[in-house]
Amino acid sequence: MNDNVLKPITRNEIAQKIAQSIEEGAYVNLGIGMPTLVANYLPKDKEIFLHSENGILGMGPAPEKGQEDWDLINAGKQPVTILPGGAFFHQSDSFAMMRGGHIDISVLGAFQVSQTGDLASWHTGEPDAIPAVGGAMDLAVGAKKTFVMMEHLTKDGKSKLVEKCTYPLTGLGCVAMVFTDLGIFEITPSGFLVKELFNNMSFEAVQAVTQAPLIKGN
Amino acid sequence: MINKIVDKLSDAFTGLKDGATIMIGGFGGSGIPHELIDCLVEQDAKDLVIITNNAGSGETGIAALLKARRVRKIICSYPRMADSHHFETLYRSGQIELELVPQGNLAERIRAQGAGLGGFFTQTAYGTLLAEGKETRVINGKNYVFETPLAADFALIRALKADRYGNLIYRKAGRNFGPIMAMAANTTIAQVSEIVELGEIDPEVVVTPGIFVKHVALIKDRS
Repeated sequence: MNDNVLKPITRNEIAQKIAQSIEEGAYVNLGIGMPTLVANYLPKDKEIFLHSENGILGMGPAPEKGQEDWDLINAGKQPVTILPGGAFFHQSDSFAMMRGGHIDISVLGAFQVSQTGDLASWHTGEPDAIPAVGGAMDLAVGAKKTFVMMEHLTKDGKSKLVEKCTYPLTGLGCVAMVFTDLGIFEITPSGFLVKELFNNMSFEAVQAVTQAPLIKGN
Repeated sequence: MINKIVDKLSDAFTGLKDGATIMIGGFGGSGIPHELIDCLVEQDAKDLVIITNNAGSGETGIAALLKARRVRKIICSYPRMADSHHFETLYRSGQIELELVPQGNLAERIRAQGAGLGGFFTQTAYGTLLAEGKETRVINGKNYVFETPLAADFALIRALKADRYGNLIYRKAGRNFGPIMAMAANTTIAQVSEIVELGEIDPEVVVTPGIFVKHVALIKDRS
């Protein structure tokens, strides 16, 4: 048996892990991109409120084909629906929900997360890149808890859990928990605490591909 | 008798000058006052500063304004969208200035102007590129950045219904920046799909009271 084999889970499985950790009554914002998948796995027996930064609470799934309403879209500009009991509001109220600490959980994608919880998610810093930030900086610092959902490694195999971010920051010390395809990591005052490693991977195998030091969980 | 409903769209733009600052409502494709933007393009005013969330896509709306080279500077949170090629071309060739603002700061800076505030401290963007050079302060042990208000000469917004006093209700997430831009501009023009008699909008559900609206333009939905 080779202890150093990585056995990553799929994006949908990461989404499932996050969805399972969300409690009834939570107000949750799912960021653009990978975090949107979490909506597909929210437990049906719990009432959870999805917030969309463009001014929706109680956001529902995508409409059936032909039923799209282009005044009813999510932050990624895709058509969605609104559930009974939902509400619409303007931008200042919507961001007051984030910035005022009323959103319980914000799930964001990321390029890098540092061991002190710094988040880099909005800009590669390349000179010809067109910078665009949207609500990422508000979500990162405003929610009660910021979760990051991302692959553990970049396409060319570099660790996205780092001692210090090299990409421009979205927020300082704002991340509470990181869900990757290898495991779940909590940001603690001493760094990345391993909460779970998937498919019985060894701590050593995951540490070997992670630039930041990991702390063994129980 | 007060009647804010304009007969001719261009009448609403009286007083527009070169160099004016203009807020334009909308998020992605929702709540965009397309016909008001088309009319703005026809006005020939140039060197405009546009405050809006996205920088337009395709060939219509804000993209048309950019294509007509009327915009000196854009203040927005997310200029990069599918097919935002007019913005990208101007930006890459240095022909447009971009002030990138986190979306919550954009909204609150607009609201601050509308509410007569000189600015506010926020935790958003502290320690990032977008807070460089800005005043900071520690409040209750947390780091905050000072942000200033955003004012405008005109706001172009889209709502669902209006009465002749300019009371507005919106449609779904098309509401987005409308209510706060209406408060922040000297002259707010609201494009609506329907005009109703006074009293037909229940005072309990008015979203933007007419005090914030100067002109109302009826634009029937294209079907």
